[in-house]
Amino acid sequence: MGTGSARALALALALLLACSDIAVVTAQETERIEGSAGDVLEDNPVGRLKVYVYDLPSKYNKKLLKKDPRCLNHMFAAEIFMHRFLLSSAVRTFNPEEADWFYTPVYTTCDLTPKGLPLPFKSPRMMRSAIQLIATNWPYWNRSEGADHFFVTPHDFGACFHYQEEKAIGQGILPLLQRATLVQTFGQKNHVCLKDGSITIPPYAPPQKMQTHLIPADTPRSIFVYFRGLFYDTGNDPEGGYYARGARASVWENFKNNPLFDISTDHPPTYYEDMQRSVFCLCPLGWAPWSPRLVEAVVFGCIPVIIADDIVLPFADAIPWEDIGVFVAEEDVPQLDSILTSIPTDVILRKQRLLANPSMKQAMLFPQPAQPGDAFHQILNGLARKLPHGSNVFLKPGEKVLNWTTGPPGDLKPW
Amino acid sequence: MMKSLLPQSQLRRSSAAAVRSSGGGAAGADGAMADGGGAGPRAPASSTFWFLLHALCCLISLFLGFRFSRLLFFLLFSTTALYHSTTSSSSAAVLRATTTTTTTTTTTTTTTNTFTLSFAAANTPPSGPANRTALEAASSGNPQSHVVVGRHGIRIRPWPHPDPVEVMRAHRIMERVQEEQRRWYGVKEPRQVLVVTPTYSRAFQALHLTGLLHSLRNVPYPLTWIVVEAGGTTNATAAMLARSGLTFVHIPFPDRMPHDWADRHATENRMRLHALRVIRERKMDGVVVFADDSNVHSMELFDEVQKVQWMGAVSVGILAHTGTADQLRLSEEDKQNMPLPVQGPACNSSGHLAGWHTFNSLPFSGKTATVVGEAAPVLPRGLEWAGFVLNSRMLWKEADGKPDWVKDLDAVGENGEEIENPLTLLNDPSSVEPLGNCGKKVLLWWLRVEARADSKFPQGWVIEPPLEVVVPAKRTPWPETTTELPSELLDDKQEQEDRRLSRANKSSRPQGTTKRKGDPQGQDN
Repeated sequence: MGTGSARALALALALLLACSDIAVVTAQETERIEGSAGDVLEDNPVGRLKVYVYDLPSKYNKKLLKKDPRCLNHMFAAEIFMHRFLLSSAVRTFNPEEADWFYTPVYTTCDLTPKGLPLPFKSPRMMRSAIQLIATNWPYWNRSEGADHFFVTPHDFGACFHYQEEKAIGQGILPLLQRATLVQTFGQKNHVCLKDGSITIPPYAPPQKMQTHLIPADTPRSIFVYFRGLFYDTGNDPEGGYYARGARASVWENFKNNPLFDISTDHPPTYYEDMQRSVFCLCPLGWAPWSPRLVEAVVFGCIPVIIADDIVLPFADAIPWEDIGVFVAEEDVPQLDSILTSIPTDVILRKQRLLANPSMKQAMLFPQPAQPGDAFHQILNGLARKLPHGSNVFLKPGEKVLNWTTGPPGDLKPW
Repeated sequence: MMKSLLPQSQLRRSSAAAVRSSGGGAAGADGAMADGGGAGPRAPASSTFWFLLHALCCLISLFLGFRFSRLLFFLLFSTTALYHSTTSSSSAAVLRATTTTTTTTTTTTTTTNTFTLSFAAANTPPSGPANRTALEAASSGNPQSHVVVGRHGIRIRPWPHPDPVEVMRAHRIMERVQEEQRRWYGVKEPRQVLVVTPTYSRAFQALHLTGLLHSLRNVPYPLTWIVVEAGGTTNATAAMLARSGLTFVHIPFPDRMPHDWADRHATENRMRLHALRVIRERKMDGVVVFADDSNVHSMELFDEVQKVQWMGAVSVGILAHTGTADQLRLSEEDKQNMPLPVQGPACNSSGHLAGWHTFNSLPFSGKTATVVGEAAPVLPRGLEWAGFVLNSRMLWKEADGKPDWVKDLDAVGENGEEIENPLTLLNDPSSVEPLGNCGKKVLLWWLRVEARADSKFPQGWVIEPPLEVVVPAKRTPWPETTTELPSELLDDKQEQEDRRLSRANKSSRPQGTTKRKGDPQGQDN
């Protein structure tokens, strides 16, 4: 074997190695995410729908914000950011005749207590007053009785406008919103406060804050299960058993001695970093089934363990949550450790691959300014998927469906 | 409310039930109710009856507490109570409590559990349909939902502690996840690490090699340990390498290691060159790391060297160990000007190699050790090999992409000249890549610690023949032993060792033998 062929062989070998090097570098392990509606996470809503934004007096939106700017930072801030996004979005149209959807910017969750929690008692009146305004000043509400209008109602139980579940169920969804599309964070199957055709969105979590707490991705995940939060709400539920339907208390009582479970009521400053070092993050229900923990878990690549019976997760038709998270029934909580350790490793790795997909993380966030694929765009995609409007959307002239006089007398007062 | 729900027929049935279950209050209840049963026509008696009943109820509430007495009354008036929606949520919850066996409430007592369980059978049949309607009233408003609003029991399993098999499974899951993480975010194509270690047999060899062995075992990349031993291979070293679990190449080097530090450095350099020639002959592929046996390496070093293209330099912390109790007396000026004890690449602002940091040995001038084992600081000479890493292809005769600024290995050291540092392998030393964040991170530490060159140590650290010498020590904590030393053991070195050995033996041998037999009768040598 002469030097010539040896050189050729070495050259070929090096070339092969170089090629494989390139191939390995580009093959980052992610998987495309497809929900029941298909591969729609990266759809561009521009051109598929037109939204008309009603110009309401500032007492419904800007004045409330000026009075209490904390509304921009709490988990219900999606309604404010959605308004801002739509004002400057390409789907906005100034011609209401060609609009497919109508948006009413009313901030119903911006009436905060001194501690920062929203009081929903005036919200039905506020909403009613806003609807009355648009019904009298524009013809489009009466044309369809709101069936081509959408509202963002991110409160605990959506448009039931109450934080206590029993009272919310008792009240039900505001009668005037019966035909409108509701964009809300609350979702539970067969529940009075989740209307058919609603779009479930993630709660607002500050994207900037989460960005600043990122740690290197090769930090090994050494915590098996992670949770920080209340297990008992002694202030509002002194007897126990009401808060979280007893599920959080059950997690504590069963796993407080288990070294695999890093659970406590602490508020550590390294909360976000710890989530990035965990394999599973518990997302149990609280007073309402949804929480920003889901968003945080997805952004930080920690597999969410959802303990909330019948919950409807955000963008459920675009994101296959069954493949991404682990669902545990509330009655199976005592066996949580067996359930989690018996998941096959390749299933866990697949879930992590899906979570690592950047479009998944983008879909959960409300960045300022808006970016392609984020939650704003997913909402618009969801609205676009409901088009074209069905035959029952537009009413025949003179037809009336809504009853403007039902509801508790307190809610009928003008706002 | 209670008074309005008291039909007479139910009273008799439920009073019997009450007697079975509740404690002290029952007798009173029985009496009162029996009294009340025949009390219809007697008006004043009936008012006292109601008064007594009221008092009785208060007493029961007092003894059992509000919730339990509420439970008791609920069970007494079970069928009628159910249809009242005011108690529906609690009743639904209570019914749920009766059907699950492992519930506890926040103020749990064992009596509560048995109480509810004993009534489960009695009450669920008549209230079956009522049960469902109550649940519906309290549920999310939709007949198909099974999620109930209201109070739920807290489910606790009987043994809420971790199962060891599951814990092991969890750890295996985490290991697999971390492996996958390394694969995604760590080094894409991990290259083999070729570790070159010159060593020789001396007292501290086992110490140094054991430390290095453990470090290398923790390296997550494929590794080959090339050990060059001066004075030929020894069985002790061979045994240690075989037990290590690492892939190794044990190369004998004919010359013995000299006692002089200067000569020792020169010999080590020749040993390393010899190892490089072996790498070249066998065409071993990977990254060459020079790990001296007494140095300490961090794990990040091995992650960092994966990035080397042809030749890289890392920062080495130089630990000049003084070896004596006296500190070097440095002037104030010296102390202030003392540079960091680091050898490594120096970068300019754009991140390119601009020069070298070397160890400043001026403060130590005149006080350094010349002979191995001397109690004086040992300093590096110039640039240490440990701070450099090579791509093994640089050593091969033919390698694709081998740059021109690399000399051919055969041309180096042929004529027996000094190979001070790996820069002599290059034509152009400016092409060395600075690693470890441009030398900012110190990835390993250089240290030379040795015993005296002639210090004795058992071969392979196996004590053969076993220790049997018993010598009463001069100073013992026990006052009654003799302090005489047998004359034949007055040899200098032996005395030191035997004192140590005898003290160890003192604890195992009984006092009597050494004391009475002052003569060395129980001593075999």
